[in-house]
Amino acid sequence: MMTSAGKVFRTGRLYALLSIFAVFSAFPFYWMIIATFKRDHDLFSPTNNPFLFNEPPTLDHLRLLLFDTHFLTYLLNTFLVGMAVVAITLIIAVPAAYSLARWARGWGEMLGIGIFLTYLVPPAILFIPLSRFAAAFGLQESLWSLILIYPTFTIPFCTWLLMGFFKTIPRDIEEQAMIDGLSRLGAMVKVVLPLAISGILTIVVFAFTLSMHEFIYALTFISVSAKKTVSIGVPTELVRGDVFQWGPLMAGALIASTPVAVVYTFFLDRFIAGFTMGAVK
Amino acid sequence: MARVELENISKLFGATTAVNEVNLQTIEGEFLVLLGPSGCGKTTLLRMIAGIETPSSGDIVIDGEKVTHLPPRTRNIAMVFQSYALYPHMTVFKNIAFPLRTRGVDRTAIREKVEQAAGMFGIGSLLERKPRELSGGERQRVALARAIVREPSVFLLDEPLSNLDAILRASAREELRLFQRRLGVTTVYVTHDQVEAMGLGDRIVVMNKGRVHQVGTPPEIYQWPADTFVATFVGSPPMNLIEQGDVLAGFRPETFLPAGPATENEGFVTYPFQVTWLEYLGAERLVYGDIGEKCCARHVVSRLPGNISIPIEPGKTYPFAVAKKAIRHFDRASGRLIDTGKT
Amino acid sequence: MNSGPRATGTSIRDRADLLARIMITPAVLYIAVMIGFPFILAILYSLSDATTGDPTLHIIGLQNFRDILADPVFRTSLKNTFVFALVSQTLVIVLSRILATALMADFRGKWLVRFLVMLPWTAPISLGTIGWLWMFDSIFSPIDWILRKIGLLGAPGALLGPMQNLYWLGEPFLAMASVVTVHVWRLLPLATVIQLAGLSSIPRDLLEAAEVDGATALRKTLEITIPLTMPIISIAFLFGLIFTFTDMTVVYVLTRGGPIHMTQVLSTWTFFKGIEGGDLAQGAAVSLFMFPVLAGIAILVLRVARRTEVV
Repeated sequence: MMTSAGKVFRTGRLYALLSIFAVFSAFPFYWMIIATFKRDHDLFSPTNNPFLFNEPPTLDHLRLLLFDTHFLTYLLNTFLVGMAVVAITLIIAVPAAYSLARWARGWGEMLGIGIFLTYLVPPAILFIPLSRFAAAFGLQESLWSLILIYPTFTIPFCTWLLMGFFKTIPRDIEEQAMIDGLSRLGAMVKVVLPLAISGILTIVVFAFTLSMHEFIYALTFISVSAKKTVSIGVPTELVRGDVFQWGPLMAGALIASTPVAVVYTFFLDRFIAGFTMGAVK
Repeated sequence: MARVELENISKLFGATTAVNEVNLQTIEGEFLVLLGPSGCGKTTLLRMIAGIETPSSGDIVIDGEKVTHLPPRTRNIAMVFQSYALYPHMTVFKNIAFPLRTRGVDRTAIREKVEQAAGMFGIGSLLERKPRELSGGERQRVALARAIVREPSVFLLDEPLSNLDAILRASAREELRLFQRRLGVTTVYVTHDQVEAMGLGDRIVVMNKGRVHQVGTPPEIYQWPADTFVATFVGSPPMNLIEQGDVLAGFRPETFLPAGPATENEGFVTYPFQVTWLEYLGAERLVYGDIGEKCCARHVVSRLPGNISIPIEPGKTYPFAVAKKAIRHFDRASGRLIDTGKT
Repeated sequence: MNSGPRATGTSIRDRADLLARIMITPAVLYIAVMIGFPFILAILYSLSDATTGDPTLHIIGLQNFRDILADPVFRTSLKNTFVFALVSQTLVIVLSRILATALMADFRGKWLVRFLVMLPWTAPISLGTIGWLWMFDSIFSPIDWILRKIGLLGAPGALLGPMQNLYWLGEPFLAMASVVTVHVWRLLPLATVIQLAGLSSIPRDLLEAAEVDGATALRKTLEITIPLTMPIISIAFLFGLIFTFTDMTVVYVLTRGGPIHMTQVLSTWTFFKGIEGGDLAQGAAVSLFMFPVLAGIAILVLRVARRTEVV
């Protein structure tokens, strides 16, 4: 029997522990919020309490970010690249995942594992040769280089994630659809895809967020400010040598990361399932 | 209505032979049951008739047309899966209408036919529900309605009753048989349950390890099993088999009864029956024991109907007799039935 | 209806074997062209003397590897790559275990805690790292401010010294600690979610049975929870290793490899050599040092995954 005092103590301990973790995890973001609205004078006084507004908040940093930098262009570029990557990923990963889920035996299974392993080949090994590709095709400083290269990580990942989804749809259903008058392909398109819609939505979210997170390729291929995406635009354009425009920098980081974080959170469990090859259910 | 002919069908999955040179013809409008233990190839055979699997060799002919390599949609067959395979994202109406929509039937005709089929199975009030909102019995009816709505020439059923509880199963069996009679569609039904097979089938095909062991009406299968496999697979408890030299003698438990004045004649064989165990089942008693037959004692079972109430105790020996005409003889090496003269 | 659509012959739409090949082909082609081919090219570059100015492939053998091995910056990068990955992931596994256990409990405001704790993973890494950049700022660091307030810093005789700031990113050891901190921060959420999945997959009756058998909480943890979640813990560890081992963003945004290359890692050194320095050949050679480790990790992952599938 637990006494009520013991219970209070346990709950208190739990909240204390969780608070430490939450503060550790969220603090940089709390910091972004504060810095976004803090006056420069307040920000740059080492004796001022950095956690509070010592002077009235201001919108100057936001104004500067939105109207005097390419920030809005970065957002637009990120969106365009993201949508194009989503489209390419869907077109290639959906049929591949279905094929692997339904027909893979022997060599097909090896192929599936091979595709998974390509996810482990890091951009750090690929960006030098790929930069030559981009040069050869005249795609330097072009968003097209990112659109063509980002599927190198979205396709393997999304194929594996979707494969797991397709495997949960019973074969009976498509066999029934074939008996009910559809072709093999028709059964997939008209019956299986509608059933896999939540899986497809999941890979749309991941293809988009992963391409938004991407840093190395964007840094390698794009150096013209107007062509940058947020993940490199903010840290490279607003940090110029030693002149840190802290306010706008933090505002940019905050605006770009919050929406992705919110959407991502909803899909996190599925991310884990796909990404650990279903080793974790 | 159609005939299905299977000519020398084999199916290999890698190195394993699932179906081994099966020849089979249905009779128009009959209810044919494929019976066998799990893994005997009966479901594979059904799936080949449906067109979901392609035979490794041999031909399938439906209605005189060779369909071996044609996809399912060209065969005008209907199939009910063990899981019922209802489309989870569609309403009952859309499920039933699905085979009609793929065939391009117009809207008004679809509505009419779906309502008719639903009415037939008493599910007219469920048309707007989704499959997950239905009970097991209702799901089965939806699957059947979806199967018949296209007026198929052959009706294939893969253990459709195995997901129902025992009480529902008995009434579903009866209904199924009545519908089949009424529609007169050639039906192939797969089951591992011999009671279902005996109760439903016009004819039964007994299969094991990919081969057909016997094709016959339920009485033929029960009384004249073609070999020891059929003899022991059909009937519960199975047929008693005792060694007599190169021959195995078999008799059904219900033919092995206490000896009395009526059995003391040429037509009966009497054995001393050492009873080891007794089960009281209400309507009958099952008596287990050995009969000393020269060198080798053999374990047999007797099934005593409730009206034979003589006291029997384990550990004692009683004279039991079996009619000679109830005894079947099998070749010990091949297991085949030796007796020829059918009565 | 009795006749049905009796199409004669079989079209491609019905040929499962053909469809299987057709549907997988685009993915295989894409991966071959965009991952397989560049990978081979990386190997070729590492054996050549190609530069951005003259990118023609002229094979010169293993000279690049000899050169980079002789380069102290490379050796620092190699060492740092291992140190950062192993130290941060060991911390991550311990911390994520504690956090996951706490998150197993039911309490009010769980969704908020979960959202906050997941932020480092869900937000773009380069932007999250910028938040840390300020935390480690040479003058305005809030960490230093706290240390000053509680008297550990900035006063004569203070524990950490009389100066006003610690210069986190300016001192080699502190800079390395900063990089490790950001890696821990970034990968803690991922490991936590994986560990949560592991913990919730333990059948409740198993723990109840242990309780009936008289096991204490410690015993349950040591003899049931940890052994049963071992495969999942190792998955979390291995994936964390891959992420930190190949990551370039944290170091690039935080220190650019500094001070004087003390926090350089293989990926950033590849970038500075191969892209900014234009020496494609040596850059590729540096990057390839990651490969044996990754291949080893991949084999371990497959092993663990297969074993858990069997269980």
